Amino acid sequence: MKLTEEMLKALPDARGHFGAYGGRFVSETLFDSLLTLEREYKRLKDDPEFQAEFDRDLAHYVGRPSPLYFAERLSRETGGAQIWLKREDLNHTGAHKVNNTIGQALLASFLGKKRVIAETGAGQHGVATATVCARLGLECHVFMGAEDVKRQSLNVYRMKLLGAEVHSVQSGTRTLKDAMNDAMRDWVANVDDTFYIIGTVAGPHPYPLLVRDFQSVIGRETREQSLAQAGKLPDALVACVGGGSNAIGMFYPFLTDESVEMYGVEAGGLGIETGKHAAPLSAGRPGVLHGNRTYLMEDENGQIAGTHSVSAGLDYPGVGPEHSWLKDIGRAHYVSVTDDEALDGFRKLTRVEGIMPALETAHAVAYAIKLAATMDKDQVVVINVSGRGDKDIHTIAQLDGIEV
Amino acid sequence: MSRIEGVLKALKGQGRKALIPYITAGDPHPDLTVDLMHTLVSAGADIIELGVPFSDPMADGPVIQQACERALVHGTSLRQVLGMVKTFREKDNATPVVLMGYLNPMEAMGQEKFADAAVEAGVDGILTVDLPPEEADEVAPLFTARNLDAIFLLAPTTTDDRIRAISEHSSGYVYYVSFKGVTGAGKIDVDEVASKVSHIHELTALPVGVGFGIRDAATAAAVGRVSDGVIVGSVLVDTIARNQADPDQLKRALSDLLHPMREALDSLAS
Repeated sequence: MKLTEEMLKALPDARGHFGAYGGRFVSETLFDSLLTLEREYKRLKDDPEFQAEFDRDLAHYVGRPSPLYFAERLSRETGGAQIWLKREDLNHTGAHKVNNTIGQALLASFLGKKRVIAETGAGQHGVATATVCARLGLECHVFMGAEDVKRQSLNVYRMKLLGAEVHSVQSGTRTLKDAMNDAMRDWVANVDDTFYIIGTVAGPHPYPLLVRDFQSVIGRETREQSLAQAGKLPDALVACVGGGSNAIGMFYPFLTDESVEMYGVEAGGLGIETGKHAAPLSAGRPGVLHGNRTYLMEDENGQIAGTHSVSAGLDYPGVGPEHSWLKDIGRAHYVSVTDDEALDGFRKLTRVEGIMPALETAHAVAYAIKLAATMDKDQVVVINVSGRGDKDIHTIAQLDGIEV
Repeated sequence: MSRIEGVLKALKGQGRKALIPYITAGDPHPDLTVDLMHTLVSAGADIIELGVPFSDPMADGPVIQQACERALVHGTSLRQVLGMVKTFREKDNATPVVLMGYLNPMEAMGQEKFADAAVEAGVDGILTVDLPPEEADEVAPLFTARNLDAIFLLAPTTTDDRIRAISEHSSGYVYYVSFKGVTGAGKIDVDEVASKVSHIHELTALPVGVGFGIRDAATAAAVGRVSDGVIVGSVLVDTIARNQADPDQLKRALSDLLHPMREALDSLAS
């Protein structure tokens, strides 16, 4: 399907649907808040004062634009297309997540909400939320699965230093999905004074819309930078997909550019065939969770399946509804790489370019290297380096049998 | 007339209020659920809300979350829950049963298949917590065509326009969630509930059941005074959790909890 600007403008529709996906599947108590948020966002979106403040924060607080860097040595070693890196890892707080938290915290301020809640997996979104809350003087509560609290202890401490309260979630599988459940439960109880900053392009409408809008700065910059530096549009974009916020931010401004191929890389875990993975687009089916209809990992009875990934940030059984739509219409390709391949990608980028990617990002790196090898020298592959790997040092060291 | 409508009309005619207990199917064990349903009826239940366990019960507090986990340990599936209702119907053809749960297990079965199976099992109503009427276009006609009541939630945050719209999509009764929060949390503010429910009564002719925060005879009576029925969930589920090791004691404990609520509600009739 060839996408046009008009088609994109019509999505999501009035009820928050991207084709068959998206929507607002929440209990009644939250419904009015979602309607208010949607109304206010649509008003502020075109408000020059709001936009100017957002742009100013991205420039002077986040440090945008982030560079588009030609990974010359990696490209040479790979022996195919030119590999370029969009350096979201250089943002303040070390990942793309902050683009969205700046935007949503600004919304919270405009709406007069003083209390903020967020869910987090790897802790990057939690840190990015705690950061903007510290700056704006907002009370901040972060929900994090007990399993992730353990494997991302560094980020937990960062959040605490920033003044956030971190709630360790003991229910269910004790990972990101359970953190999101508890954040929703908190929101229902405190809906009058609380703003929920969702970290990914999932959740009930309007979240997939506003997170995508805030993250689209990634793709807009990449488009300009690629034209200026590589002299052409990229031939392929590669980004990792957990909930899919960095991927949609990179893809969205290119959706009408037919020549640009897009690859979303899911967490293949121990291998798709083992069932121990977090790749709903590769191996799941449509269902309803966390307020939206989308591809999910579930069992035959509709119970949400446990997921596995070496990276906490991809360890999620669902995905943003717009990705589900892009998959069905064939505009983007969704693939997966295993834990081991991702670890190879981590080591490769670290050793060849001196850039240590987050384990989430390492999935995109691993796939992009495979992809670039099959392409021509004059072609351009852009990897969205969604985050830096400092937070994963403990995990890597543990795998290497080293105590740090 | 649906079984739910019939029961609620008859109660209204007698000036009585409906007692609607909730338990999670499969908790503490799938073999016990049908027995517990009969126990609830003997103790005075007019309608039973039977929870379909879900792995991610976002609108529920810890008590019902843990009930879901206990039920899922034994692999309690929607198909099995329907089987329980069918077995319940062998001895009880009068008490309406409402399935209460989340959308995904129903979607996984296939909505049409689910609607057929629910009718066949003897289910009377469906309450899907995470399905607002706005998203129910496809499924609502399937229920209507089979005379299954679609029961939707109203909340303290629901605006008048939505109360009207939701009531139009509802049949049987509407379920008013008494406070902002998850099940089993918070304290019910009876005055606030009274004013909201009387307002809802102005906007719809449907009976209004009130749930969340009803834990004893006193709260049941206070809420019964201003509504058409009370829904009791977490306190029963908590009783199940505390007595799960001994089924006979469990049944006694459930009866001991419901009886006084029944009496308190019936004392309002005079």
